[in-house]
Parts: sequence; structure tokens; C-alpha cells
Amino acid sequence: MSLWIWLLGALAAIAALAWIGLWAARRLSGNAPRYRDMSYGVAFGYALALAAIAAGIWLWMKPGAVYFRWAVMGFAICAVAAFLFRLAGRHLGPERLKRQFRKMPLTAAFGILVILIYAFVAIFAGWIAPHGQEAVLGAANVVPGGDPAMGGDPAFPLGTDRIGRDILSRLIYGAQNTVGLAFATTLLAFFLGGSLGLLAAVVGGWLDQVLSRGVDVLMAIPSLIFALLLLTIASVWADGARGLLTFYMVLIIAVIDSTRVFRLARSVGIGIVVMDYVEAAKLRGEGMGHLVFREILPNAMAPLLAEFGLRFCFVFLTIASLSFLGVGIQPPLADWGTMVRDLAQFINFAAFAPMVALAPLLPALAIAILTVGVNFVVDWMLHRASGLKS
Amino acid sequence: MTPLLEIRDLRIEGRSDEEWHPIINGVDLTLGRGEVLGLIGESGAGKSTLGLAAMGYVRDGVRISGGSVMFDGIDLMNASTEEKRSLLGRRIAYVAQSAAASFNPAHKLIDQHVEAPVRHGVQDRGESIEDAIELYAKLRLPNPEEIGFRYPHQVSGGQLQRAMTAMAMSCRPDLIIFDEPTTALDVTTQIEVLAAIRDIVDQFGTSAIYITHDLAVVAQMADRIKVLLRGDEVETAPTREMLDAPREDYTKSLWAVRGYHRPEKPKPGPESVPILAVEGVTAAYGEQVVLNEVSFDIHPGRTVAVVGESGSGKSTTARVITGLLPPRSGVVRFEGEALPPSYRQRSKDQLRQIQMIYQMADTALNPRQSIAQIVGRPVRFYSGLKGRRLAARVDELLEQIELDPAIYRDRLPGELSGGQKQRVGIARALAAEPRLIICDEVTSALDQLVAEGILKLLARLQDELGLSYMFITHDLATVKAIADEVVVMKEGRVIEQGPKTEMFTPPHHPYTDLLLSSVPEMDPDWLDRLLAERRVEALGEAATDKM
Amino acid sequence: MGSVIRIVLQRLALGLLTLLIVSAVIFGAVNLLPGDFAQAVLGQSATPEAVAAIRTQLGLDQPLPVRYAQWLWDAARGDLGVSFAQANFASFTGRVDPSATVLAQIGPRFANTMFLAGVTAAIAVPLAVGLGILAALWRDTAFDKGANIATLSSISSPEFFVAYILILLFAVVNPVLPSLSNIFPGMSFGERLEKTLLPALTLTLVVTAHMMRMTRAAILNLMAQPYIEMARLKGMRPLRVIWRHALPNALAPIVNVVALNLAYLVTGVVVVEVVFVYPGIGQLFVDSVKLRDIPVVQACCLIFAAAYILLNLTADILSIISNPRLRHPK
Repeated sequence: MSLWIWLLGALAAIAALAWIGLWAARRLSGNAPRYRDMSYGVAFGYALALAAIAAGIWLWMKPGAVYFRWAVMGFAICAVAAFLFRLAGRHLGPERLKRQFRKMPLTAAFGILVILIYAFVAIFAGWIAPHGQEAVLGAANVVPGGDPAMGGDPAFPLGTDRIGRDILSRLIYGAQNTVGLAFATTLLAFFLGGSLGLLAAVVGGWLDQVLSRGVDVLMAIPSLIFALLLLTIASVWADGARGLLTFYMVLIIAVIDSTRVFRLARSVGIGIVVMDYVEAAKLRGEGMGHLVFREILPNAMAPLLAEFGLRFCFVFLTIASLSFLGVGIQPPLADWGTMVRDLAQFINFAAFAPMVALAPLLPALAIAILTVGVNFVVDWMLHRASGLKS
Repeated sequence: MTPLLEIRDLRIEGRSDEEWHPIINGVDLTLGRGEVLGLIGESGAGKSTLGLAAMGYVRDGVRISGGSVMFDGIDLMNASTEEKRSLLGRRIAYVAQSAAASFNPAHKLIDQHVEAPVRHGVQDRGESIEDAIELYAKLRLPNPEEIGFRYPHQVSGGQLQRAMTAMAMSCRPDLIIFDEPTTALDVTTQIEVLAAIRDIVDQFGTSAIYITHDLAVVAQMADRIKVLLRGDEVETAPTREMLDAPREDYTKSLWAVRGYHRPEKPKPGPESVPILAVEGVTAAYGEQVVLNEVSFDIHPGRTVAVVGESGSGKSTTARVITGLLPPRSGVVRFEGEALPPSYRQRSKDQLRQIQMIYQMADTALNPRQSIAQIVGRPVRFYSGLKGRRLAARVDELLEQIELDPAIYRDRLPGELSGGQKQRVGIARALAAEPRLIICDEVTSALDQLVAEGILKLLARLQDELGLSYMFITHDLATVKAIADEVVVMKEGRVIEQGPKTEMFTPPHHPYTDLLLSSVPEMDPDWLDRLLAERRVEALGEAATDKM
Repeated sequence: MGSVIRIVLQRLALGLLTLLIVSAVIFGAVNLLPGDFAQAVLGQSATPEAVAAIRTQLGLDQPLPVRYAQWLWDAARGDLGVSFAQANFASFTGRVDPSATVLAQIGPRFANTMFLAGVTAAIAVPLAVGLGILAALWRDTAFDKGANIATLSSISSPEFFVAYILILLFAVVNPVLPSLSNIFPGMSFGERLEKTLLPALTLTLVVTAHMMRMTRAAILNLMAQPYIEMARLKGMRPLRVIWRHALPNALAPIVNVVALNLAYLVTGVVVVEVVFVYPGIGQLFVDSVKLRDIPVVQACCLIFAAAYILLNLTADILSIISNPRLRHPK
């Protein structure tokens, strides 16, 4: 209860601060237009932001707030890295690339940097990782941090899991497995949904009706739920063969996700089919191949590419969630979702050794950072597309 | 006496691509009490931006970077938001281009009408409703007693525009900004709205700024005219003076456009086989019949203009001819030979003979293909030319439409201006070496000077290549300029057809007469004369009815 | 008015039809199982007699359409079958223990899940709509840009990441809330709320981000309408412009956004319940998937799909009702 009183009191104080601040600013600036026309709501916003900054500084000073300091530092490192990356992009490379970088917001630069790093790690995982993903290396439950006094081991900077596998190596291989599978699944979903969607848009008529109604039905079942149902069945089919089950999972998610791709590809396609240049091509007597590949597809690329990013994020999160629930990517393949579940109990030691809690959070963070990065890039692409239209 | 509105050296910038670009570069404007100033210019001239700035208002992404706006002694640049708000709607009012979009769909007209007087404390709700009904009657709206109690979607476009004028008048403002109020309307509707606006402005002695791109319209409405070009003032003069003797070259060229006129070609002999014959065509979208027994001929080398207001079925006729919409009954013959109803069944050669040019050049050209690809594709498709010979043919076509191949060959449509895009559309049609070209409102999205260039180009190509044109348009000035024959359509039927000279000399069919007489002329007295004539006719009819 | 009722009835019929087809899809999918269903349940070592007994009990000897009709009819009456995991088929006697029915399994958990979703919605909806409107009004300001980054990050994070961060902060480092939601019958509302708060907060963070972005987009779209500019040019105050001119037209899109996100909540519940060991239907679902307890999986699937369809239908119907063009035909 006292928490609520504190909260309300703080809000009231901020409200008062805003009122006094606005009054003072008007007085001191001789009623300058900037303050004269400022509404109280905006002033309150400024006061709130000020209070938040003050609270942040207080937290930073507080000795116990390790995670807060880590978070702020992590955020700052990301921002600096993105800034340096953008700076490099503005001055290196061909002119066309430079121009792209010049108009890029920091968030998009961060996204591109993240995607590049993940791609690099995923492709060269075998060379980068110090140990194999399945190798059991003796000591189990080594604490992250590499400090022997705390129960760590410099040979395993992020420690080992409960059967003694190196967490760092498994994180690196996770990039290959989790990201690679998600990418393949998205490609498959796009191939299926994209080609059927464009076909429905161009041909129209009964084909469009049949496909669209079918997709409507599949989309009426929430995708994660449907995936779980089909995976149950697939697990009976696979009958214990883990590799096969992973393969079925890819197929199932690709099919379920292709319904969303179908919807978008169809609506984009229909938007283009009504254009006069497509009509002109039809009246010229052009065949279906020319219509789809020359007239429609090049104009559908931009929205489809943005959708690819969004779908990838969605597929990636779905696979991670399924793995977290224990029905996705199957061991012994290293995978981030499974790692989070396996290491989850380490969270409870955070109060004694802050480092320990990192073990389950790192794979989760790895998932989050990639999706955040992709989303930033997609957001920028969509923003640019909408800007070009108007 | 001080003028009501005085704008000095006004500069406005707009933000695009993260940079500020000038929209208005230092314009002066003075408006006396009771005066109506016409603001004309082509698209992108900054007319609307200037009109809104006169209210002390700018849209999102636009800013005033310098100059002053004084309204009746109040400095709008330095007034507080509160002060400006108390002026808006009460002393300065605005009438927007699209009334349908500018009325809130969720509220009745009357509730939106009374909002300004009630909120500004000018009248209470009851008084304001009574006043609204009076204003509706003055603006000659049907059923003034009850029309206000309808929702916007239940009222037609021309009526909505008058209701919006009534709304602007609700507080009897000193100044009203009319921002292209009749542009979205058909010509026959436009007349009523123009007359209503002018009468009410006269009656209350309101000052007004009337923004439009149509010279003939502004000639009826304004006491003085100011011409803008890309954010700069070209000249300002009283209406009659400006119409009789424009000083600047740009203004003169605007006036000259109206003068372009191509003599009618001699009539074809009786033995001439029409290149295209539309015979008794009836067509429908689903159950709704949109074309009813439409018949007309197009003879070789001639231009047939198909005229009508929106919904008259003129574009649908084009869709039937090209085979996009197979008719329910009737045939389309090309050189005497019946064409298959659907384009899918037509041979490559039949498709080649009839080409189309579209209204919106933006959607007519594939934005991802270069000009050479767009123009080259039909050449290659129909004649099979490849490599250097294809490139040479493309260059030849670009020269024909007066675009330098060296510069434009590799550009994308997005890098071209509207007029240039339309020329590429023409080149694509020519590339097929057709006999007949269907031009669907090809000039209506273009500014007048550019449109004239396109018309002249089409005329020249016709002379050089012996083409036939079917010219779909709602603009009678275009018809006068280039047609040999005219087909007038209304509600899916052909009302009247014949050679141009006959069609433009009375007597006409009553609808043709209405259409012709509604086209504004560059004469400031035209509207008065027309209204007087129509009133006399109406009296005459009433008299004959009584007898 | 008549046309609105007609359209609403049409949509209701369509929703019902969708539910019917979806149930057929769910039923049909399970029958894709290879070999014999009963064999799969009992494993290779089962005696032929046991297998035969279960076949008759489950009606597996009937043709597929008959079984579907029977299943649908039973489901409509609330009989969702017997849980494989709970019933001991090996010592099958012909009588089913009442606690082993799917209904007995699902019933209390369904109530728990509804409670969780309700608490989440109560926090998330006002928060998201309010913040979304603010972000739209203060477009392109620092607030808007910050909100954009924060919501994108929140959407991008898997639910379990958000959940563990909250556990770390509020259950381990500062132990103010329980990290496990062991809810049992007979708890007071306050206790229940306390145990539910952390999972609800997790869901709130994820759902609010989605909802806020969509609300912002809907409001921005609306504020670009000419009638909003007209209201400003009539000298109306900003609050009146929003209240009188924007809100009546924003209702349909916002209701749509809320319903869509509540439907999304249906999916999000599964992972969050597993993290917090919350005794809801989502956790039961995941456990049953692992145990291959097919009747329970089928029933859970049907319930989730029904909730999803219902919410989408509600959004659809509300936006029809609030459309002035349909309410006041010409």
C-alpha cells in the first residue's frame, strides 16, 4: 500500500514542479512564444523526463544496482558501436552506400551492424567457438565470470551447464542452429506464401477464392497453438528421431507462417495488378511469366522484403519459444531457447552473485538483440517507403 | 483606411527528405475590405500554403521562415496560439477543396455548422440553427429546413460544398479563404456552386481569397488577380486589366493556351470504311448496366472526342473496345472486321492495332523499368527487333516525342516530370505502330501549359503517321482544341454526336447545351450573363407550363 | 438500422462457420496420426486385448465423419472426452474416473487463465491506448522516438526474456513479488492478485507495446484527415478537436486494435504460464503436448481457437456498429 502512496506523491510533486517551472519560464523569458504557447501537458512531460533522469542518476549511485549499471553501460556500448559503424559507412565504401548511410537513423545502423555480426558468427561458428557444441568438458555448473574465487574457471569465461558443456561455445553454435533454422523456415514460408499470393492476385477468380478462404481458416487458429498441435502429431510420426522432429518443426512453422505471407503478397499483388502499366502489358498480349516476373514482382519487392524481416523475427521467436517449451529444436543441437530453459534455475542465485544470473539471460538476450536489430531495420525501410509515397 | 490583410515578404519552407525546401519566397499580398482576390497558379505554385498562411496556420512539416502577416492590425506571426484561435472560424474562415473529406463523417452537418458560433460565443445553439437554415436557403440548397440534419455521406458533393460555405459564413467572418472549392465538381454542378458563393460573398461584403488553377473561374469570382509561379509572384492586376492585357510572359502564355485551336479535318467520303465501329454495345459490371446501346464510328486519320461527366460511361467504352470488359451485346469492328469480345481471344496483330494512353502517367509506367525498357518492350514484342536495331528504334521513338534519347534513355519514370512521363506513355503506344490510339483523359492531370504541349504533339503525330484518335475527356476546351467529331455521353448512353463545327453551333440537344454553356469562359461577365439567360429560360418554361 | 443488423448477423454466421471448419481441421489433423491411435497411446508392448478395448471405448472402429460428428456433439454438450494421461487404460475396467475427464482437467485452469488475461487487459488496455494517443499527438518528438525504440525492443524480446528479467528484478534482487504463481482454490482475491501480478506484468509489457504502436498508427492516420484540419481552422481547442472530432472516428480502429491484441494475448499466455508455473490452460496444453495426451490437446486447441475467433469477431462487429455510414444509410 505504501508503494502506491509513494507513487501518487511523486506524481503530485512532478505535477507541481511542471506548473512552477512553466510559470517561472514564462516570467523569466518575458513571455517568449516558446513558453507562452506551451501547454501544461507538454510541461508535465518535461518534468516527468527530468524526474526519470534524476531517478536514473540516483540508481546509478546506489551500490546495489549492478544490473541497472550493466544495462546502462550495455545501452551506451550499443549506441557508440552503432554510431561508429554509421560513421565508417559514411566515409568508406562506394558512393551509393555512403548516401544510404548519410540518411540513416542510429537505430537502423545498429540493426545492420547486429545482422552483420550475427551472420558472421553463424557462418564461422566452427572456427570461433573454443569447444564443440556437444562436448562434455568435465566440470559441471562452472559459474560465469572466469573468477576461480567465485567458482569460475578462466577456460570457460561464461561457465558450463549442468552436464559440463561450455556455455560460450553453445551460444556461438546457437547462432548457427537457431538463426539458421529460422532463416530457412522463413525462406520456405516466403516461397510458399509469396508465390501462391501473387498467383491468386494475378489469376483471381475461383483460384483466389479457394486459396483465400483456406488461408482464412488456417489463420483463425492462433499460430503458436496450431504449431503445438501439429508438433504433437509430428512427434508421434517422428517416433523419437530427433533430427526428423526438428525437420518437421521447420515444415510446420513454414506452412503456418506462409498464410501471413500469402495475405500480404496477395494484397500487394492486387494493388499492383490494377495499375495501368499492368493493364498495358495485358493488352499487349504478354504472357503470365512476363506479367509476374517483369511487371509485378519488381514492384512488390520492397514491401515483401520488409515483410521478410518481420516474418523472420516472428518465426525466430516462435522457434525460440517452442524450444523453450521443449518441443522445438531438439538436443544435442545447441539452441538459445533450450539453453534458457536449462539454465533458468541460475536466476535464483542472482542476489548472491550477480554474474551467475547472466547464464540464462545471455541466450535470451542474444535472441532479443537480433530481433530488435531486424525490427529496427524494417522500421526504417517502412518509414522510408511511406516517406517516398507522400 | 488600413487594408484588412497585409502580407509582407512572406517566406515559407517545407520539410522533405530531412531538409527544408522553400515553398514561398517572399510574397507580398494586400487585401482591402470587401475585396475578392483571386490566387492562381499551377500545381506546386504554393497557392494553398499561402492561403493557409493568411490565417496564421501552417500544416505539419511546413514552417514560416520570415515576413509578416497582419490581419486587421493584429500581427499573426507574433500572436499567441490563444489569440489566433479566437480569430479562426470567427473572423477568418476556410472553405476546403474536398467538402466530402472536410466534413466529419460522425456528426450531422448542423452540429458542425453551429460549432464555431457556439464555441466562440457569437450565438447560442438555437439562434445558430435558425441562422444556418437561412444561410442554406440563401445558398439555394434544396430543403434548407432539413438538409442540415443529415450526415455528410447522405448529401451530394455540390450541396456539401455549399453547406461548407454556409458553415464558413456562420460567424459572418471578415475574411474567407476559398481553396479550390469547385475543382472536384463536374462542370454543370460547378456553376451552381460558383453562383451561390459569389452571391453570398457580395451580400455580406465579405473579403475573400479565392484560390484556383482555372483562369475562367477566377475571372468570374475575383476583383483582382495575383499569379503565382513556384512560390514567386508573377504579377497582380485588377481582373479586367489582367484579362485584356497581361504584362508578363508567363501570364501571356497561360492565356494563350486557351487559344489553341485545330481546324476540323474534311469529312470522310461515303466510301470510307471506319477504322473502328462500335455497334449497339451494351455492357455491365455484374448486374449494373453501365453502357446502353452505344454506337459510333471512327474514320481513319480523324479524332473523335467522347465527352461526358463522371459516371457517363466514357471510360467503360474504352474498356469494351480494348477487350478488358466483354460487352453483353453488340460488336466492336476494326476495319469492318468484328473483334473478339475479350482481349485474351484477340490475335497479337489485333492487339497491336489499338493502343492506349492513360490519364495518370504515374501509374501508367512501371516505376522499376527504365524508359528504354518501357518503350523497347512493345517494339521487341511485336517486331522481334533486338540489340542495336532495337536501341536505334527506341531512340527514334524518343526523338519523335521530343525527349533527348541520350539523356532520358536510362532514366526511371520517377525522375521525370508529369509531362515527360505522359510523353513516354505516348512513345510506348507508338512503339506498337498502331492505327488507333485511345487517349483516356490524357491531359486532365497536367498543368495547362504542359497539357497544351501534349495536345500539339498528338496533333503532329497524327499528321505524320496518319493515326486515328479516340479522345476521352470531360474538358470541353480540349474538345474544341483538337476534335474532328464529338460524341456526347450521359448515364451510359450516347446523347448526341456529329462533326465538331455542327456540335458547337446551336441548336443542340438540351443536355449538350447545358454542358456547353456550363464551361466557364474567360469573360468576367460570363457568369452573370449565363445566369440571366437561364433565369429567363426558366421563366419562359414556367410560363409555357401554365398555358 | 436494418442493414447493420443484417451485416452483423452475417458476420456472426460466418464466425460460427469458421469455428466449425476450424474444429474439423483440429479433429482431422489428429487423425493424420500414423498407424493406430490406441497403439500409439499404449506403446508397442500393449496386449491386443487392451488395444481392442480402447478402440471400442474411444469409438475408433467408427468411420471418420461419424467420429467427428460424435466428437463435436459431445464437445457441444461439454463432454470433451477422457484424458489419456489421467485414465489408466492398461487396467481399463470400463468405468472412467470423473477426475480423469478432460473437462475436469481444464475447468479450474480455464478460470485461472481468464483471471490472468483479465488482469493483463485491465492494466494494458488503458495504458496502451493512452500512451498511443500521446505518441501520435507528440509525433516526432523525443517522447515519440523513445517510445518507438522501447516498444520495438519490447515486441522483439521473447516473452520468457521479459519474464526472467522481471523475476530477476522483482523476485530475486528485490524480493517484493513471488516468482512462482502457485494458485489454489480458496485463496483470497488479494493473494491471487499478488501471485498473478508478475506474469500479468510480463504479458502487459509485450501486449502494451503492440497495442500502443497500432493505436498510434490509427490515430496518426485519423489526424491526417481533412476534417481534423477543418476543426482546427474553425478555432477549436486541441482537446475539443480530439474529443469531438477524432475520438468518434477513432473508436472503430482502437476497438479493433484492442481486440486483435487480446487475441494475441491468447498465444502469449502459453509461454508465460510455463515460466511462472501458473496453473492455467496454457501450461496444461504444453504438458499434454509433451505427454501426447491427445484429447486434452484437442480440447485446449479448440478453446484457444474459439477465444481467438470470438475476439476477432467482436472487433469486426464493433467496427461495423460504430460506422456512421452504415448506421445512417442514405
